[in-house]
Amino acid sequence: MYWRLAVTSIRAQMQYKASFIMLSGAQFFSTGIEIAGIWALFTRFGRLEYWNVAEVCFFYGTVNVAFSIADALATGFDQFGNLYVKTGNFDRLLLRPRSVLLQLMGHELALRRIGRFLQGLAVLGWAAHTLGLHMDLWRVMLFVVTIAGSVCFFMGLFIMGATICFWSTESLELMNTLTYGGVQSAQYPFSIYEAWFRKFFTFVVPLACISYFPVVAILGVDDPLGTSRVFQVMAPGTGLLFLWLMVVIFKWAGVRHYTSTGS
Amino acid sequence: MRGYWSVVSARYRALLQYRAAAFAGFTTQVFWGLIMVMVMLAFYRLGSGRQPMSLAQVVSYIWLGQALLGMLPWNVDREIQDLIRQGSVSYELVRPLDLYNFWFSRTIAFRTATTTLRSVPMVIFAMFLLPTLGAPRWALMIPPNAQAVFGFLLSLFCALMLACAITMLMHVVMVKTISGDGLNRIMPSFVTVLSGMVVPLPLFPDWIQPFLNAQPFRGLVDVPFRIYTGNIVSTDILLNLLSQVGWALAFVALGRWLLNRSIRHLVVQGG
Repeated sequence: MYWRLAVTSIRAQMQYKASFIMLSGAQFFSTGIEIAGIWALFTRFGRLEYWNVAEVCFFYGTVNVAFSIADALATGFDQFGNLYVKTGNFDRLLLRPRSVLLQLMGHELALRRIGRFLQGLAVLGWAAHTLGLHMDLWRVMLFVVTIAGSVCFFMGLFIMGATICFWSTESLELMNTLTYGGVQSAQYPFSIYEAWFRKFFTFVVPLACISYFPVVAILGVDDPLGTSRVFQVMAPGTGLLFLWLMVVIFKWAGVRHYTSTGS
Repeated sequence: MRGYWSVVSARYRALLQYRAAAFAGFTTQVFWGLIMVMVMLAFYRLGSGRQPMSLAQVVSYIWLGQALLGMLPWNVDREIQDLIRQGSVSYELVRPLDLYNFWFSRTIAFRTATTTLRSVPMVIFAMFLLPTLGAPRWALMIPPNAQAVFGFLLSLFCALMLACAITMLMHVVMVKTISGDGLNRIMPSFVTVLSGMVVPLPLFPDWIQPFLNAQPFRGLVDVPFRIYTGNIVSTDILLNLLSQVGWALAFVALGRWLLNRSIRHLVVQGG
């Protein structure tokens, strides 16, 4: 069912080919300017503590690829407050014989996010090539799991943002901070950050669990923070857990909101 | 002149109403600043030898960038954009004020209104709250001497003029192409890098410094911030101020010329 919604969305966007190319191109550049900064800093300083430029680029590429996928899927949740709650259209979603979540995900498959995706992929490709990473089955699987866990995590954040809209459409600033700020911080390996920052993003909002630890395992290096390989490989699972939790809360909040507003 | 001044103040006061939207970026910007500071701390930790900027200067540069983000010409005035799209630009031409100057005045208000709202809490946080919380190395420094203070204020004004001149160019491009989306969407990315917002320009490789010193966008961010932190001193301050003014005038001239040409060939849709 989702596949049909996705295809429809893609066809609709492809009607405006020129606009799509332009928006994607613009996003390619606007998300890619960070690389100019990374290049400059590494040329001057040589290393970022434990890490070299190719390793940092691997972190960078992974999180950008994952986030762009989640961003493309989650437009329905992103716009949830404005499109569905404020207008009362949420009731219409509930009346349809399909799950609300499915409908929101089918809202749009925003292909223009491909700008960030391509940029991340290019950086990732360069990094993997420079590091001479041998892409054996184990590594590929770990990479897929990492991306999957990351996508789940970011989807969870977007759903959390939509849930907040049941109460107020004004308090979305925090969500922006967590999503865009999260991506920004995850572009660099978490070992460089202060302890309080790392702890928050490992145990409260598991950003490091889906962006830092698994990539350490993929890179095949020792974690300067001292975690075991087992932990690193299992860490993307927290992304799935986080998503499940957010879905549960969303459903509970939706029922509460519906019964309290009535019609 | 009085006419233009009243345009600036009226629009400024109107834009100040959008307090909620202006404060909305605050948490994100604080977060951004903290991340960038931590990244720079990490780079400088293993740094060997002298760098063109000290860590303290870089940290202050980062916070100034967050405080004055509204000054960067990365977006256009929505009202002017709508004016152009709906064809009401013809009404603007009927007014007894020069169109370029009229829009320029609005742009000044546009650039300064959100900036003033955001910069005050950001400066309070970065300059006073951070040291209080026990992290003086992370804080925005107070300018080292009077020369830095006055130089900074002058440079900031010049940067504002430059930013408005570039924003006006984006407005004028829209008159020519109605949507102007292509250029106006891609240009901000390049401007952002070249101004020093992503990484302070002195930290770029030595071989690219001549190019970076020659391009106009450094006057938006790099010049005022380096004067503030004492990275640019004495006669260099004057030279840099002149380059800011020079480039601003160049953009104004280009903008006016393009606008006059566009008006002559104006095709009004709707209205």
